[in-house]
Amino acid sequence: MNPFLLSAPALALFGVMLVVPLIMTFILSFHSFGFYTGIEFTFGLHNYIDVLTDDYFYEIFGRTFAIALAVTVICVIIGTPMAFFLQRMRAWTRSIMVLIVLGPLLVSVVVRTLGWMILLGNNGVINSALMDMGLLTSPFRMMYTSGGIVVALAHVMVPFMVLAVWAALQRQDPATIAAAESLGARRSTIFRRVVLPQAMPGILSGSLIVFSLSASSFATPSLIGGRRVKVVATTVYDEFLNTLNWPLGAAIAIILLVAVLVIMVTWNRVVERQFAGVFQ
Amino acid sequence: MAYLELDHLSKAFGPFQAVADFSLDVARGEFVSLLGPSGCGKTTTLQMIAGFEEPTSGTIRLNGRDLSGVAARDRGLGIVFQTYALFPHMTVAENVGFGLDMRKVRGKERKRRIAAALELVHLSHLAGRHPRQLSGGQRQRVALARALVIEPELLLLDEPLSNLDAKLREEMQLELRRIQQEAGVTTLLVTHDQNEAMALSDRIAVMHAGTLVQEAAPFEAYERPTTAFASAFLGKSNAIHGRYEGPEFVTKDGVRLAAPAPAADGAGAAGDVMLALRPERILFVEEADAVVSGKVVERVFLGDQWLFKVATPVGELLVTRRNGGHAEPEPGATVHLAWAADHLRVLAPEAAA
Repeated sequence: MNPFLLSAPALALFGVMLVVPLIMTFILSFHSFGFYTGIEFTFGLHNYIDVLTDDYFYEIFGRTFAIALAVTVICVIIGTPMAFFLQRMRAWTRSIMVLIVLGPLLVSVVVRTLGWMILLGNNGVINSALMDMGLLTSPFRMMYTSGGIVVALAHVMVPFMVLAVWAALQRQDPATIAAAESLGARRSTIFRRVVLPQAMPGILSGSLIVFSLSASSFATPSLIGGRRVKVVATTVYDEFLNTLNWPLGAAIAIILLVAVLVIMVTWNRVVERQFAGVFQ
Repeated sequence: MAYLELDHLSKAFGPFQAVADFSLDVARGEFVSLLGPSGCGKTTTLQMIAGFEEPTSGTIRLNGRDLSGVAARDRGLGIVFQTYALFPHMTVAENVGFGLDMRKVRGKERKRRIAAALELVHLSHLAGRHPRQLSGGQRQRVALARALVIEPELLLLDEPLSNLDAKLREEMQLELRRIQQEAGVTTLLVTHDQNEAMALSDRIAVMHAGTLVQEAAPFEAYERPTTAFASAFLGKSNAIHGRYEGPEFVTKDGVRLAAPAPAADGAGAAGDVMLALRPERILFVEEADAVVSGKVVERVFLGDQWLFKVATPVGELLVTRRNGGHAEPEPGATVHLAWAADHLRVLAPEAAA
């Protein structure tokens, strides 16, 4: 059967659910908006100029990417060793560990974030405990801060990193470790010079997933960041649903999409060039 | 005193005895093969020498030094792995240089030794390539250069040619022998390929079920196997079962055959024995000269030779004949076979095998 015919249902779904809304958003971003007239079907770059000339938006974009970067770095630091230990485990302990690693993904985002709110709040578990122990006199603010968002996001993003790195580790020939050992390398040297470089493709793909998901995440920043700490996704939401300025919201969404794409492609290029041997 | 001494080496994995009371001496500069089918304990033996497995009992001494308790990284052995285990993210030169880095060999000396090692394996022109850009044979050479550059006291080869195709494997056999002799390094090869073992080594140690079956030079091992297993594993062999009645050998179907006298104390002194006969020692002759006659059951053409399976009163016999460019008997034809009695080897029949 014709391969195009076979993939038609998937293509149709992809077209209707992704391509069409994306094109409509793109077109929408060129329209204008008036408080009394609503959306006007003009065509111009004024929404983009508004965003790109306003410090307010630069701050939001800067914060979003800083959060996404911090989450990515934390996931690399936590996820890579986790994947490494996962790889060395026995089969049945490993399957239990995989389940634990995937745990955060099994819980609904709202429930998970509410859990973090209980932990992070000024009267939350962490602050109360620290104050009861006498380590703090006044609560340490974690709710409604970028730091809180980073912690809650890293929690749910680590599984993606672990799975990506683990996949890369499984492709390694275990004999390379024995070879390095026979040549006189210590465990730390083997990890640094043999295992880690071979795991780079996994770390790269994991960080691409984590960065893009974090930069565009909505539920976690809106619950933990609240009204005060805005990120791009919550700003778009506000433009659409509070200000009702759909064209401006669409423009911000398009800018986020392009910015994330540019960052990902550049990062990919840089790492691939650095580790040419592993990627060929 | 031998250079490498394996002294009553044993390794058990739970109830499974992988290697049992294995002793072997290797002289300096010698090339010895551990030959046996998979699961015979040869790889476990190599792993114990390399330091990746701890022997259950017994000792390994290299150049007078007891290796028990010495970590793999401190043994200073060169190992070529079955998968080559090259570092995919490093160039050929970096792969070869890795062992030197670990020994803190730097600068000019490091460069000189990498160049010399690549020269030895004829790969100087590929120093800047990554392993993925190399053919199987080239990767094999890189693995060799990487193992030899550290000037190891002992070179261990773990089925190094098994991943190569047949033609390349033959080329690499010659090449491997040349490199080993040029480097003058004592070498232990682990293989299940009898041709490889015979072509490469000074001595073959045939292993079966964790024990040493026979230890001899290749020609000696092929010509005078001491057990039924060694006889069948090294090349093809026909087995004729029977017993001695006085000086005469009688097969289990009652055919009398001229055979060498059994050793007074060895196999055949009493009870059932087995005669081993190489297929290439059996000749097609005229009826009058025949030892046995039989019918061709199967015939396979192998290019340089023919392989026949002939049903005879002493059992089915394999016969190989050089392809001399003549027509050979078809299946179903009656052929007359003969062999010189001194080509028969008297062996104890394999227990329950």
